[in-house]
Formats: sequence, C-alpha cells, structure tokens
Amino acid sequence: MSRRVVRKFTNVAALALSGVATAIGLFFLGAILWTLLYNGLAGLSVTLFTAMTPPPGSSGGLLNAIYGSVVMTVIGIAIGGPVGMLAGTYLAEYGRTARISAVIRFVNDVLLSAPSIIIGLFVYELLVVRMGHFSAIAGAVALAIIAMPVIVRTTEDMLNLVPQGMKDASTAMGAYQWRTILSVIYPAARSGVVTGLLLAVARISGETAPLLFTALNNQFWSSNLSAPMANLPVVIFQFALSPYPNWQQLAWSGALIITVSILVLSITARLVVSSLPGGRR
Amino acid sequence: MNTVAAIDPRHAAGQRLRERVFRSATLAAALLVLLLLGGVAASLLVGAWPALAHFKLAFLTREIWNPVTDQFGALAPVYGTLVTSFLALLLAIPVSFGIAIFLTELAPVWLKRPVGVAVELLAAVPSIIYGIWGLFVLAPILQRHVQPWLIEVLGPLPLIGRLFQGPPYGIGVLTASFVLAIMVIPFIAAVMRDVFETVPDVLKESGYGLGATTWEVIWQVVVPYARTGMIGGIMLGLGRALGETMAVTFVIGNAHRIGSSLLAPGTTISAAIANEFAEAVGDLYTSSLIGLGALLFLITFSVIAAARFMLMRLERRALSSV
Repeated sequence: MSRRVVRKFTNVAALALSGVATAIGLFFLGAILWTLLYNGLAGLSVTLFTAMTPPPGSSGGLLNAIYGSVVMTVIGIAIGGPVGMLAGTYLAEYGRTARISAVIRFVNDVLLSAPSIIIGLFVYELLVVRMGHFSAIAGAVALAIIAMPVIVRTTEDMLNLVPQGMKDASTAMGAYQWRTILSVIYPAARSGVVTGLLLAVARISGETAPLLFTALNNQFWSSNLSAPMANLPVVIFQFALSPYPNWQQLAWSGALIITVSILVLSITARLVVSSLPGGRR
Repeated sequence: MNTVAAIDPRHAAGQRLRERVFRSATLAAALLVLLLLGGVAASLLVGAWPALAHFKLAFLTREIWNPVTDQFGALAPVYGTLVTSFLALLLAIPVSFGIAIFLTELAPVWLKRPVGVAVELLAAVPSIIYGIWGLFVLAPILQRHVQPWLIEVLGPLPLIGRLFQGPPYGIGVLTASFVLAIMVIPFIAAVMRDVFETVPDVLKESGYGLGATTWEVIWQVVVPYARTGMIGGIMLGLGRALGETMAVTFVIGNAHRIGSSLLAPGTTISAAIANEFAEAVGDLYTSSLIGLGALLFLITFSVIAAARFMLMRLERRALSSV
C-alpha cells in the first residue's frame, strides 16, 4: 500500500471513531432519559402531588418531599444569591485588578468543583452538631454554599460583558460607583445574572449528598425549619434502595420530576444567554 | 444624578458613606469565599482529630473497618476511590476526546449546537439519576452479558486475569467506574472543546497548506497546542470522579475490602460517608468518617487546584495572543 493510502485510511478511521464517540455520548443521554420516562411516567398521577410519602406497601405521593425540596432550594438561593452577587460584583468592579481578586477567583473555582459531600460534612460540623439535631435550615445552608460559587462566577462574567462606555458615561455624570453599579450595570446585566441564578437552582435542586446529614429526611409533612425535612433527592435515594415496589416506583417518578425540572431550567438559561448581546454559545 | 450633588456638602457626604458601605459589603462577600474554604478545611480537621489522634498513622495504612470493635482504617475506601476514578478516566478520555474533535473539527454547523447542548445537558443531570440508572439498568446488563464474557475471556490470562475473576455480582468496582465514566465524559469533552477552539486558525491552515490530512492536523497541530488545557480538563474530570457520591453509592456495594477483582464489591470514601454517616454511633466512628472526608478533601483539592492552575495559565495565554 502506498503511504498516501495509509494516511487517507488513518484519517477516515480516526474521524469515524470520533463520530462513534459522539454517538456513544448521545446514546447514554438518550438511554437515561428513556429509562426515566419509561419508569417514571407509569407512576405519574395526581396523588403524586397531593399525598405524603407512604409507609411500605400502601399508596402515597411525594408532596412533603417536593415541598421540602422547594423550600430548601428557595432558602438556599435566598442566602447564596445575594452574597454571591455581591462577591461577583467585587471581582468585576471594585477589585477587578486587585491581587486578592486573583486568589478569590482561584478559590471560587476550586469551590465550584469541590465534592458536595464535603460541604455536607462542613455544615454538619457547623450547624447540626451545634444545634444538636438535623434540620431543614442546615440543609438550606449547605445548598447555599454549593450555589454561591456558581453565582459568583456567572455574575462576574455577566458584569464584565457590560460595555465600559456605559460605565464611563455614568461616571462622567458625577455618579459614585455604587450608583453606577446599581442603576446602570445591574440593569444592563440583569438577564445574565438571572441566568446564573437559574443555573444555580438547577445545580442545587438535584444535590443529594449534602442533604443526607443536614436535612436528613422526614416521613411526614413538616414545615418546621429547625426539624428534619423531607426532600426529593434523599427520598429517591432511600426509596430506590428499598425492597418495596411501591417505594421504588415513587423513586422513579421523583427522579423524572427532578430531571425534567433541571433540564427545563438549564435549557431556559441557555436560551436567555444566547439571546444576550455578546453572549456566548 | 442631579446638580444638588455638587452643591450640597451633606448630600455628597451621604453619597460617600453609601459608596463605602456598598464597597465594603461586596468586599466582605468576596472574602467570605476565602473564609468558606478555610472553614471547610478547619472543620474537617477538627472533626477528624479524635480518630487521627487515636489511630495515628495506622488510620491511613490499615484495611480494617469494624464499627463493633471500634477499629477503623482508611485504606480500602482510599484504594476504591483511586481505582474507580482511574478506570473511569481510562474509559472517559478517549470518548471525550472524540466528542471534542467531532464538535470542533467535523460536525457541520447545523449539528454543532444541538450536539453540544445535548452533551452539556448530560452534565446537568444530577448524579443521583446516574446512580438509580446504574443500579436498575446498567448493573443487570453488565451482570448478564458483559461480566460473564470478561470472566471467561480475560479471567484465564496471566497478570490482568486476576482483575476479572469471581462471580458476576453486577454491582462492584467495575460498574461504579463505568457510571463514573459516563458522568465525567461531558465535563472533559466540554473543556476539551473549549480548549480546541482556542487554537488559532492560522496554525491549522498552515498544516492543511502543507498537505496534511484532517487527522494529521488534529494530532500534530491541535493536540500539541492544546496539551496543557486538555490535561487541565482531564484533571477537572478526575476531581469530579474522586468526589462523586450518589452515582457510586448505588452501584459499588459498600464493602470495606480491597479485592483483586474489579468485579467484586468495594467502597469509596464518599460512598462510605454517604452510607454510614447518618447511622454512625460513637464518637470514634463519626470522627473516622469525617477523617475519610478530610482525606477526600486533601486529594480532590490538590487535583482541582492543579487543574484550575493549568486552565488559568492557558486563559492568560489565550488573552495575550488575541
């Protein structure tokens, strides 16, 4: 065989393999979604959203778990959101070139990919041990700590997209920097920052590991923030590993609910970003 | 702003005060990020101290894990964490590389975006979903079709044969690695794609101009240029695999032992913590589990820090070359 044929063949083979690799990746996404739909839809009914988690063998729903997940996610974002946005503001505006900002960016990136179970242990030491019992508020704080790095990062990126000319114009009008940030930069970057919040919600609403030893779980309805609270991920974890068919069915339905909400959130966030002027992807 | 600001000194003082307050608030929030990392490290050390003081270095070197006699060693979970992550990367790197190549060099424009988004959605699926899927779908398939074949074909071989012996449990180290691989593929692929896109077109065009094939351009121009970033992306995936909890907990079998076979159940640091923490009775047991957490923190922190450092240098180079 001539050298040219070998080179051509290698080229075609390598490129075909890269297509195969992509097909493998897409196959697993499809397989996971299909399994979720197949098993989850079977249990989808009104009682899923109106009844509490049942004891083994009797029928029930996921109302208390859905409620708990929503409550803890909302509190988590309510804590992590403002703090993350302020920190992102510092990195993008006041401390853009400060030496400490480089350190903070680096540490924030590390936190962004830190294992969530470690955050759970940290909150356990910080709150659960002090309070003496598991609680919903501890779970919410754990989620806030996981959400914060996401929000810091996206806020900084989005504020950096605001044209320098707009900032200069405001400064030239005699505005102090805080006024420029609140009245010019934030409104200009609003949809981008909201996207960051959406991504953070998507990130924390499926988190299981940090809730295992902070919020724990609750078989019953509870709206007491200083008591253990049911939540979808931990219910899925416990029910899926149980030997009872009705619990396993609820786990699948819960998994479907979580995944669909997260995918909708992520896609929405992407659509918002791509409609931004200067937005990437 | 109105002209009052320039005239009224009280108004100007109010403005300056608000400026100081707002600036301090943003600085405090930014410093909180540093405080958090410090707090995590400190609290893990404090929590792990009783176990570390009791077992000393033996905590790191012993395989035993017995809550009844209060004897704890971290060797089995550390081994499990390292082995599953290593295997996961072995499976994930070629696939991720292929996806990144496909997305940057091969795919027609109309296909680029949907496929890219699909891969990113795979990254957004929460890990517990991978876990439940791995347990109910993947493990039975591996048990019935893949593992018997591995045992039959690879089992009798010298050296690597030991890795594929014993009964096909379905759940175990190999299955956990497989699920981990699927989880980290989108992360590694996304970073690699971004890195490949930083390769200047001029370089690639020079390659084509010399008569190179697409593959030769990729292998001899793109890859050498993007090497640092690729390694950074791989290490980011490694950090993810090391700390991954739920996906592994479902399928690893939670057995505190170091088996030579990849088909046998094992455990990882995060799976041990997730399985046992809420039920741990006794200070030494809890403290040993937190000790495992501290080890995990140390391992992942070094890997992630190294990865971020590499990617940061790359970003700076990309900025300066623009």
